[in-house]
Amino acid sequence: MNYFELFNFTASFDLDTATLAERYRELQRAVHPDNFANDTEQQKLLSIHRAAQINDGFQTLKNPIRRAEHMLSLRNIDISHETKTLKDGQFLMQQMEWREALEDINHAEDPDEMIDELYRSFSNYENEMTKRLIALLNSEQENDWLLAADQVRKLKFMAKLKDELAKIEDAQFG
Amino acid sequence: MAYSEKVIEHYENPKNVGSFEKDDPSVVTGMVGAPACGDVMKLQLKIDDAGVIEDAKFKTYGCGSAIASSSLVTEWVKGKTIEEAAAIKNTDIAEELALPPVKIHCSILAEDAIKAALDEYKSKSDE
Repeated sequence: MNYFELFNFTASFDLDTATLAERYRELQRAVHPDNFANDTEQQKLLSIHRAAQINDGFQTLKNPIRRAEHMLSLRNIDISHETKTLKDGQFLMQQMEWREALEDINHAEDPDEMIDELYRSFSNYENEMTKRLIALLNSEQENDWLLAADQVRKLKFMAKLKDELAKIEDAQFG
Repeated sequence: MAYSEKVIEHYENPKNVGSFEKDDPSVVTGMVGAPACGDVMKLQLKIDDAGVIEDAKFKTYGCGSAIASSSLVTEWVKGKTIEEAAAIKNTDIAEELALPPVKIHCSILAEDAIKAALDEYKSKSDE
């Protein structure tokens, strides 16, 4: 299933999420069960199936990591279910340092400032990675797509870091 | 999801947590990460001249199963030759800790950490 086609987008990473949300609502309205109240059971089932597809497509395209994964899967590179290990030492060392920094927040003199600083560092790093990802996805070379897959894997670590930071921030103000 | 007793034991009382001196020439480091869950694992092995693993330390950011898997392998590799350590399979780790299918990637991570450390050992000895 090509979710870009479903939502009438060209298969590109740059996607206007406001337009996506708009088209999602239109599509959902079209398959609403009320429209099929007088139809056969089979048609009703079909509309339920369609609604589930629309939902899944929306969740996939909305999230940048899942969107990139979907783009790659359309090019026969499936990384969403893999258990492969990442071995980029330099990248992982940086991840380790950031995880250590997260642990230090609670003992920091000014935890708020440290949280802000880490958010900035994570965002800068993530933006650079995303730029590289877009360039690789736009390439015609299959080899670049494999490199794009690696960028997506790394972006998952950044998402994890941001999750952890958000949890710590909640606990600070909780 | 319920953790097995062995996982809880290692999680609550992990063995060999920490790092060796960075500049120790007999120490090699394996760094690995699991994109699926964002877990990061560092495994360090102290290997003597005869190719026997004298000591091991780890630092892992991840779930209980990832911590238990790394704690377990640091215990297992001690006293082993590099060949014996290289033969440790993720299935052995998963079986010992009774990991459920969704946590198998934690044992893969631990196996790959040993491999990454031994790769560094090989490239060091080739120099």
